[in-house]
Amino acid sequence: MIKHEQARHDNQPACLIRQFVVVRVTEEIHIAQAQRQAKALARAAGFRQVAVYQVATSVSELANNLFFHTTEGGRITITAIRQEGMIGLEVIAEDRGPGIPDVKLAMQDGFSANGGLGGGLPGVKRLMDEFEINSEVGLGTRIMVRRWQACR
Amino acid sequence: MKIPILQLKNLLLTSIQVELTDRDAIDFQYDVVHKVAETGAEGLVIDITAMDVVDSFIARALNETARMARLVGAEVVICGMQPTVALTLVEMGRELIDVESALNLDHGFEKAQRLISAKKRMPG
Repeated sequence: MIKHEQARHDNQPACLIRQFVVVRVTEEIHIAQAQRQAKALARAAGFRQVAVYQVATSVSELANNLFFHTTEGGRITITAIRQEGMIGLEVIAEDRGPGIPDVKLAMQDGFSANGGLGGGLPGVKRLMDEFEINSEVGLGTRIMVRRWQACR
Repeated sequence: MKIPILQLKNLLLTSIQVELTDRDAIDFQYDVVHKVAETGAEGLVIDITAMDVVDSFIARALNETARMARLVGAEVVICGMQPTVALTLVEMGRELIDVESALNLDHGFEKAQRLISAKKRMPG
């Protein structure tokens, strides 16, 4: 019986899951929470170990931005998605913060708005397969990233 | 949460095993600089075995800590970086960690001693 279940589990993995979590990032501890949720979902989706940590690092980066670059924080939504034999994780980070005046500049390595190391966003772009950013000064910012992996 | 800093002969050893907040990072840097000054330690080994996610914010905190420790005369080595962390940092694109590094505490200890004796041999 146990064997049977195990076998089924191995053959039809995570592609069947449909799950999402929302983490509000208004305090610094929420960054670690977002990171943990990202890890859990990536593992549940059957992501390879490196991919799990790369998604978690991206989420950490986005959550840090929400905490340090906005006054009211923001929201991170992580969703398991699938498409033609692929399973993916979609991460949306949105805020009603000050917005990014020059998105091109923010996407440059070494640029930082607050004396930080910079390169957070370009780093996220390289860690993920899809990257989309919309930002309007005075209204806020929405960043959508996806990472894909073939269903095993 | 306070990060312990231990003295072993001429070195200070420390291991980061908590989620590093901004406040923790600042406290840690303060403690490191003071401990180096107080003990006259010649080197500092920072173990990051327990960190499975290192983003640009943490990388920055580590770089700053190392720079501060060097300013008060200690050689700095980071050790124990998880392979996945190394892969992620390289993928992210730049020299995010600008500090000498070693595989584990054992190698980190040796590397710190080598850096210290190299410094002593330097003329002037």
